[in-house]
Amino acid sequence: MSPAFALSLTVLMTVLLACILGGLLRVLRGPTRADRMLAAQLFGTTATAVLILMALATGDRSLIDVALAFAVLAAVTVVAFVATSGRGAP
Amino acid sequence: MSGLEALALALMVPGTVFFVAGTVGMLRFPDAVSRLHALTKADGLGLVLIAAGAAVAAGSAGVALRLVLICVLVGLAGALGAHLIARLVRSGGEG
Repeated sequence: MSPAFALSLTVLMTVLLACILGGLLRVLRGPTRADRMLAAQLFGTTATAVLILMALATGDRSLIDVALAFAVLAAVTVVAFVATSGRGAP
Repeated sequence: MSGLEALALALMVPGTVFFVAGTVGMLRFPDAVSRLHALTKADGLGLVLIAAGAAVAAGSAGVALRLVLICVLVGLAGALGAHLIARLVRSGGEG
């Protein structure tokens, strides 16, 4: 891997982490719980993207499997939120 | 930088731009449903572009297969989650 490609991957990962920071801002401001769950969905997809880039940057292919687990679990969080929020749960 | 790496970057940089656009939309749009609209589509496309770039750079069939699986799962999860949250907002559960 050329140094320029490695540097570009680092820059892309940093930008994606900044996106997660933006999502945290939305969690802070709300105003409803649905908005906060939207941010959680953003975290799921962004973390998957960061892990894919990290697998390229480090050459450790097991990180792709971690990204796969994130992709599955992100769906579970949203379904769990919607399933519980209709019944007066906290 | 080799040609394959340049091609991978040409796919991954627009993917990251889509992520930034989705995040900006989520921060700037006025209500939950329009935020949902900005976020789910831009993020889904961004992830597919990044995965395509990674598949080009990795150059291995096993990795490419897993990246396709990730794209399918995130696409399904995004559509499912967006519909469920939109229905919840519409029903007034979180108005």
